[in-house]
Amino acid sequence: MQPTGVPAGWEAYGDEKQERVGFFTDTSVCIGCKACEVACKEWNLVPEDGLVWTGESYDNTSTLGANSWRHVAFVEQRKPLHVPSEPEPGQTEDGGRGDGDALRWLMSSDVCKHCTHAACLDVCPTGSLFRTEFGTVVVQEDICNGCGYCVPACPFGVLDKRDIASDRPGSMGHKPDLPASLGTKEDGRVWKCTLCYDRLKGGHEPACAKACPTKSIQFGPLDELRERADARLAKLSDEGWNGAQLYGRDPGDGVGGFGAFFLLLDDPEVYGLPPDPVVTTKHVGAMWENMATAAAVLVVGVAAAFLGGRG
Amino acid sequence: MPSLGTSFGRGGATDFQQDLQNSDCIVIMGSNMAENHPVGFQWVMEARERGAKVIHVDPRFTRTSAMATKWVGIRAGSDIAFLGGIVNYILQNDLHFEEYVKHYTNAPVIIEDTYVDTEELDGLFAGWDPEEGKYDSSQWRYEGMETHGAAGQREEGFSPKGEQSGHGGHGGGLHHGEPPSEDPDLRHPRCVFQILKRHYQRYTPELVADTCGCSVEDFLYVAEALAQNSGRERTSAFCYAVGWTQHTVGVQYIRTAAIVQQLLGNIGRPGGGIVALRGHASIQGSTDIPTLFNILPGYLPMPHAEYYGGFDNFMAANTSPTGWWGHFKAYWVSLMKAYFGEHATEDNSWLFPRLPRIDEDNSAYWTLGQMLEGKVKGYVVAGENPVVGNANGKAHRLGLSKLDWLVVRDVVEIETASFWYDSPEIESGELKTGEIGTEVFFLPAATHTEKDGSFTNTQRLLQWHWQATEPKLDCRSELWFYFHLGRMIKQRLQDSEEERDALVKALRWEYPTHSQIQEPSAEAVLAEISGWEIGSGTFLDGYPKLRDDGSTACGCWIYSGVYKDGINQAARKRPHWEQTYVAPEWAWAWPDNRRILYNRASADPDGNPWSERKKFVWWNGEKWTGLDTPDFEETKPPDYVPPDGAEAEDAIAGDHPFVMQADGRSWLYVPQGLEDGPLPTHYEPHESPFGNTLYSQRANPRRQQNQLAEDPSNPVDGEPGAELYPYVVTTYRLTEHHTAGGMTRSVPYLAELQPAMFCEVSPELAAEAGLEHGGWATIYSARSAIEARVLVTDRIPPITVHGRTTHQVGLPYHWGSRLLSSGDSANDLMHMTLDPNVHIQEVKAATCGIRPGRRPRGKALPEFVAGIREQAHARRETAPKAEPADVRETTA
Amino acid sequence: MALAKLLASWPVVRQLQQGDPLGLGPAVQSRRSRSLVPRVDEAEHVVQSICPYCAVGCGQLVYVKDGEITHVEGDPASPISRGRLCPKGQATKSYAQSPLREYKVKYRRPYGNAWEELELDAAMEMIADRIVETRAATWQAKTEEGKPANRTMAIGNLGGATLDNEENYLIKKLLTALGIVQVENQARI
Repeated sequence: MQPTGVPAGWEAYGDEKQERVGFFTDTSVCIGCKACEVACKEWNLVPEDGLVWTGESYDNTSTLGANSWRHVAFVEQRKPLHVPSEPEPGQTEDGGRGDGDALRWLMSSDVCKHCTHAACLDVCPTGSLFRTEFGTVVVQEDICNGCGYCVPACPFGVLDKRDIASDRPGSMGHKPDLPASLGTKEDGRVWKCTLCYDRLKGGHEPACAKACPTKSIQFGPLDELRERADARLAKLSDEGWNGAQLYGRDPGDGVGGFGAFFLLLDDPEVYGLPPDPVVTTKHVGAMWENMATAAAVLVVGVAAAFLGGRG
Repeated sequence: MPSLGTSFGRGGATDFQQDLQNSDCIVIMGSNMAENHPVGFQWVMEARERGAKVIHVDPRFTRTSAMATKWVGIRAGSDIAFLGGIVNYILQNDLHFEEYVKHYTNAPVIIEDTYVDTEELDGLFAGWDPEEGKYDSSQWRYEGMETHGAAGQREEGFSPKGEQSGHGGHGGGLHHGEPPSEDPDLRHPRCVFQILKRHYQRYTPELVADTCGCSVEDFLYVAEALAQNSGRERTSAFCYAVGWTQHTVGVQYIRTAAIVQQLLGNIGRPGGGIVALRGHASIQGSTDIPTLFNILPGYLPMPHAEYYGGFDNFMAANTSPTGWWGHFKAYWVSLMKAYFGEHATEDNSWLFPRLPRIDEDNSAYWTLGQMLEGKVKGYVVAGENPVVGNANGKAHRLGLSKLDWLVVRDVVEIETASFWYDSPEIESGELKTGEIGTEVFFLPAATHTEKDGSFTNTQRLLQWHWQATEPKLDCRSELWFYFHLGRMIKQRLQDSEEERDALVKALRWEYPTHSQIQEPSAEAVLAEISGWEIGSGTFLDGYPKLRDDGSTACGCWIYSGVYKDGINQAARKRPHWEQTYVAPEWAWAWPDNRRILYNRASADPDGNPWSERKKFVWWNGEKWTGLDTPDFEETKPPDYVPPDGAEAEDAIAGDHPFVMQADGRSWLYVPQGLEDGPLPTHYEPHESPFGNTLYSQRANPRRQQNQLAEDPSNPVDGEPGAELYPYVVTTYRLTEHHTAGGMTRSVPYLAELQPAMFCEVSPELAAEAGLEHGGWATIYSARSAIEARVLVTDRIPPITVHGRTTHQVGLPYHWGSRLLSSGDSANDLMHMTLDPNVHIQEVKAATCGIRPGRRPRGKALPEFVAGIREQAHARRETAPKAEPADVRETTA
Repeated sequence: MALAKLLASWPVVRQLQQGDPLGLGPAVQSRRSRSLVPRVDEAEHVVQSICPYCAVGCGQLVYVKDGEITHVEGDPASPISRGRLCPKGQATKSYAQSPLREYKVKYRRPYGNAWEELELDAAMEMIADRIVETRAATWQAKTEEGKPANRTMAIGNLGGATLDNEENYLIKKLLTALGIVQVENQARI
């Protein structure tokens, strides 16, 4: 295992290593507009995901998947937005805010967490999944062979294989123009949020964060985002918001903290998120380390034989 | 927007979106801003983060409510009762901003004793003519004022109305801009302030709660929040949209908010105002430079057939002696010079005798009625999908089937283009393709990325968009289509000696073109809109430069200056981080690039800021200065008193900020310009399950009804048969779609986000009607029946009104029979009874029935609808006439 | 040194060389990943535009390459939108490139059962003819009371709220000169 809070593979970039970046999604200002979902698809040419009406409030995306890298969850609750407080004289029970018996409609834009300890990356046998110089986790579409090992490894169910677009029920057969570099590669590969790896390389913020009308999705250096989130939580707590909590901010959690973490207004499971995610390959790291050492010994021996001979 | 126009002088939002961040309290009502203006909503969120109260008053708990600090649920169609209650609360508790009200509004003005209030006439104002079904508004005038007709030189019976009055209370006959009789102490029983007090005295918190279905506490919360957040140190803003306009008394909804904001002193000040949130990219622009029957660019009236007089009469009738409308002739003559060039001369009265004349109503719904009678032969539809977007889609489709020819221009094949082979009436057999004689041309349109041009946004800002790519194959801009169509028609008529063709021959129709397809230059058109001096060719820098002698040409006087110095001011794109938050160098706002209208009111009568916190525009001892272009003559001092005989803007005193009004004040009470009364009063919607507790006059007596067989009404409260349509129905948009869907149901990434037509109902209604979440429901009215998936939600709770509980059915209206996501159209259920001022349909509150399951198919559908309707109407006919009010209600 | 190059590209060697023994980072970065360039940086030109949907008036940047839009995103310079867009505005490229977009004129003759093809020029001539003929046949010089009318009540025009000011200007100007008074748009809706 790497030391807590530092993603494996990232240090190896040496001089090319960039500041670790991520998302802080502040759901207390999310208006549920889904601009993030569309911005992601427009930029990353993600196919349309089927025209299925779900009846799950205003959510017709339902889950993250190969064809939905952002997903806005909608939770309708009979719960006041603020914690009922002791009424002062002359005030109503909710401290004069007037929302004592109000409804709440929680909205939250979910995304790949870009875990500090990412099981998907650990189990990928092809080297398709990798840690970028920005500390993010990306599937390389030119490497992935669709083996699918990463799919069950993810504690959040983010990783998903893409079917052929026209085979999906409800699909209108819309296929994006795939980049030429992919050639004729059959799909069936695994796709997920790249944190707009190509945009990062060009110095642009990810498409979803750029579009977000209320800056519910904030992009930036992870350390800075964590500070911002702490300040935000303190403010909301002061204001008596009901259930405000950070999710995935703590580097000491089961996945070493998320690269994309959240401020929620209720417990994670209310939003369909695992309350206490743990990296599924907790013990696999050491195993790979041993195997790698064995392989290295072999390689060094062979190489020495060849290269030494030419010295 | 006659409501804002008659109240303040200009028919546009008084504030700009970014300024909402400075509000201390924002009331969003008649709007679902977070869903329908999500990016503008960021400024509301900024205010909320700064501690402002954000209040959403709406029948549904929406994504806007979810962000608000307070949501108050009310019954659709009851907003005037709610707002009137706020007016009463302010007046009963002396919470009005006294100095503002005394100096800047018409509160002190004494009204003629001919005026009688609805409180005395049981829901009617003075001047009601039951024969004509109209008001004689001369009975509402200022005391001692001359009227148009009395001056002898006016066109008989002429009075500005509709959009035309939407731009400035003309209020002719004022001497030196001052009303003849005033009581500065606001005590005279016939002064506006006292009339207002009496008019709203019964709008108590209890009456509001009983009428709107909210609690007394929730109502008081809103009233108190507004009062506490207004005054010298604080300001409150209102945001509204079509949730207010689309009613048979819609103009008066907005008027009520205008009264609240005047009493609280929130107009013309930062963080204050009334922000009209408009729904299309250039819907403000299409009123300013109208594609509307009754006005010409800049809210100049189209000449009327019935009230025809000569040119001089027309000028006299429209020229106000005082205020900026005093220069009416300069605006008019400059427009005629832009239209007809050297052919328009003083000798031929600038071609006035040849201009076409309009009738009382030639609006879209009137045209549909003519179409159904076979009187309309040809119809061109450009960028609109009326069979989905307008009330009573079926009537529209039947209308189109009676045309000789139809041209539809759009980017995709919308339902309006396909009515003849793919529509509910084809399915039901009411229309048969082989029997429809309409010749249909579908012409593919260019998108905004394929052409240059300007949109006028919701805050009166003209913003230029540049062409990015060439339109492909047959795709063309509207600019191309109408320019070349005009060119071809002119060619055909160039040798005609017919009288009727003289105006076409005189038309100035030369614009430079570019690219292979001969696209006309949009900038050349913008230059003509802005105007120039004919002799020198100098571009005008604003409307004060316009002349009435034919020496200037200007296509829209309120846009004059948008091409000043020969530079496209709308295309200015200086980044916001290089400017103040007002951002005066980003694009160009009418008039004169002002961002907050009437901003002289941000200073006190002496010209000093009301407070440091709300400083915006002030008098520095020599001139008006501040963060914005002052909406006042730059060097007119605050203590300026107009001399005797002063005219036009010279007749407006230095402490009167509403410079478009003849008396320089905002109008709490509107003595002329509105069809249905000088003050807003609560009426029930045309279709409502409830009676009016205030008066026996149930609905707006002046509402515009029709006699079309295709547009029957549901029986209403008190009428037998009403129980067959027991629920309130309201329509709306979703973030994920746009209006009638042509621009979103065609886009995979949007269609998938809201892929099906659905209805929103409460768990209580679901239980009562046997509806199952996720299943299907059939919703019906006397017009039609549609089906929708059922979304059961607490967000549209039952309401208790007059002690009776009923339910509301929510319907998004984006769907039609085609494109990637298709479904039944909510508007098929809606009727075509209209607001009398602006001819807008009432789709925000009507009645319906609902039952589980899918609707009948084929010919069983019209049979099902007719079956219930006949049952209802049979009950009505066998019962004694219940509502005496009916007798005096009118049809247009 | 073909062999050395081959060897150096062997992942395990890369893993060791780059201090990435587990092959989780740079060692497994593909050539494509290494050379990725965001397509906004490859655009031939960028055009400042305004969103065509609601009336908020958000600024848009339209990126173009080879005569096609490659991306649309918010214009950060706009004081109204500050670079942000809603789902509709953000879908502008997909709207302009909709799979349902029509590129050719379609014509349906009276009582016809199907669309037919028609050249754009021919369609324009036919529409000009229809207007001239209908107008002549239905011209009202005077009202029934004998007052001047100067109009035809048999032709109407609908649309404008989604169009440019310049387009609305030409519509109203042309139709007023033609005596067509039934000019309406969605401002009422």
